[in-house]
Amino acid sequence: MHPLLISAYTATSCLGHGLAPLREAMLAGRSGLKPCDFETVSLQTWTGEVEGTDDDRLPAALARFDCRNNRLAQLGLVQDGFADSVRTAMSRYGADRVGVFLGTSTSGILETELAYRRRAADTGALPADFNYAGTHNTFSLADFVLHWFGLKGPAVVVSSACSSSAKVFASAARMIASGLIDAALVGGVDSLCLTTLYGFNSLELTSSQACRPFDRARDGISIGEGAAFALVERTAVPLPPDAILLLGYGESSDAYHMSSPHPEGRGARQAMDAALARAGLTARDIDYINLHGTATPSNDAAEGKAVTGLFGDATPCSSTKGATGHTLGAAGGVEAVIAALAIRDGFIPAGAGTTDPEAGLDYVLATRHQTVRRVLSNSFGFGGTNCSLILGCPA
Amino acid sequence: MTNPPAAWIRSIGLIGPGMSDWPACAAILLGKAEWQPEKTVLNAPEQLPPAERRRAVRVVKLALGIGLQATTAAGVDPSGFATVFSSSGGDGVNCHQICETLASDDRQISPTRFHNSVHNAAAGYWGIATGATAASAVLCAYDASFGAGLLEALAQVQVERAPCLLLAYDADYPEPLRAARPIPDAFGVALLLTPEREAESCGRIAASLTDAPADTLPDSALDTLRCAIPAARSLPLLGAIAGRRAGRIVLDYLDHVRLAVDYAA
Repeated sequence: MHPLLISAYTATSCLGHGLAPLREAMLAGRSGLKPCDFETVSLQTWTGEVEGTDDDRLPAALARFDCRNNRLAQLGLVQDGFADSVRTAMSRYGADRVGVFLGTSTSGILETELAYRRRAADTGALPADFNYAGTHNTFSLADFVLHWFGLKGPAVVVSSACSSSAKVFASAARMIASGLIDAALVGGVDSLCLTTLYGFNSLELTSSQACRPFDRARDGISIGEGAAFALVERTAVPLPPDAILLLGYGESSDAYHMSSPHPEGRGARQAMDAALARAGLTARDIDYINLHGTATPSNDAAEGKAVTGLFGDATPCSSTKGATGHTLGAAGGVEAVIAALAIRDGFIPAGAGTTDPEAGLDYVLATRHQTVRRVLSNSFGFGGTNCSLILGCPA
Repeated sequence: MTNPPAAWIRSIGLIGPGMSDWPACAAILLGKAEWQPEKTVLNAPEQLPPAERRRAVRVVKLALGIGLQATTAAGVDPSGFATVFSSSGGDGVNCHQICETLASDDRQISPTRFHNSVHNAAAGYWGIATGATAASAVLCAYDASFGAGLLEALAQVQVERAPCLLLAYDADYPEPLRAARPIPDAFGVALLLTPEREAESCGRIAASLTDAPADTLPDSALDTLRCAIPAARSLPLLGAIAGRRAGRIVLDYLDHVRLAVDYAA
């Protein structure tokens, strides 16, 4: 594929607001996870909660979108000058030539969960202030961002569980290639809610401590929340030497099981192969693999087999979910931003939380400072949905 | 500006109120049959293993039903295609049950309900039923979900130069969510799109954005259906295809923009 320019990017997670605390935590191998004290949740698990999310207020004209997920979206948009970059793109290309492609798994469903506690005793009706379209509906995130900027182009939410905000890069790249738009605001936002906390608990997929991806003693995920955004455009000529590029994407489906990965990592391998092929690269061109690495026994085992099969044991890799938690529909976006930082600043982030990694991989336990030219980032999800991205610098 | 994204339509699958398949819908759209708006009938397809058949919720039955109709009509193996699943919401009954449990004293939700709650549940079951391992894009754009799915599918066909199966579908919520999202029944449409003309193609479509108002249907009852269920926003296009009427059809899309679909029979 023709590379696309990632001209601006930002991420907000439990590690802090914007790129600076994310970079600092990646360099230090620091985790932002803590024992879960979210809302009224009573579970033995850890979470990655973004501080200050509920302090954010939406503009009065957008009050219908008010929910934790859209507050987190706004908190993320105003970091690192990202919103200004979007406005610059709007004036350069036209508001109708910039598309919105955002990923989320649960959107603002927390509002519905809370509204169900306030149903009318006689009729069972939800409270009058409940707004389904602005909060709960999966599209609410993209609709909010569209209205927040006054964008006039195509807009969509990709909601394929934990691959959502990796797959938005693929959808945006196709839409740019088709000529319908010149630039795209991509990314993902997912926020803590009871559905995911109790849901993953019901599947016995949450750890009772901070998650330990790829550790031999790993025993489940820690759910996080996050907002990650990137502005993707056709490449300018000449390219700035410090440009960050989207070089390739690969997508596949496991066609195996709703909540377990294919045990041999078949779909993971297919997605990574497709991303390399689309980028015109081979396995040895990749300097670092940001693993999906959720820290469940079966996910990491399947991904490990796929990575070993394709890369052997020579390519440095780590999962950064020990630092951020698993931000679900935001994970692909958060980890694409980590990939961009690794290339920009020349480091391979340590996999926080892991002390005794599985054999057979060059699993990075202490941050390495070195030139990083190309990163492959994996995002796999429930329902057997897989996406791998390759980010890099100009050749 | 390059050419607008375009594709040939190889086959169609459709299930809706009083419409069991695409031929039945086409006859209604052409005025050859009277529309009896009976409740949509949904069945779990035999291609699913027994455990998944038991677990399949309404949107899963709907999506698999329309997809398999389309591939059967074309006489092709369903495992061979990239897919685009577009829906304005997940399964309403499943969502209601989870919210009810989470608001109760015992918040332990069932694992099956949880995995059925993901927006890509239908795509996951499709893979299990058909063995399709190609890419699957799973989208939501509220009332614009058909238009968003069509744009993604056309862009895929144009850029990847490979066929793509678009599945757009919506099902109703039970109360109390129904009052907040009053979708009356289930409706879904699947279009098997190909980059090149095939012997039995039923026309070619190309899409672009427009400020023109959306086309309506001459039959007021059918137009009410078009407005009530997001996937039924496709009906003006389907009417043109049923009658092989070439021309420009304007479909509802987002609040600020519509989709102009140029249909060449």
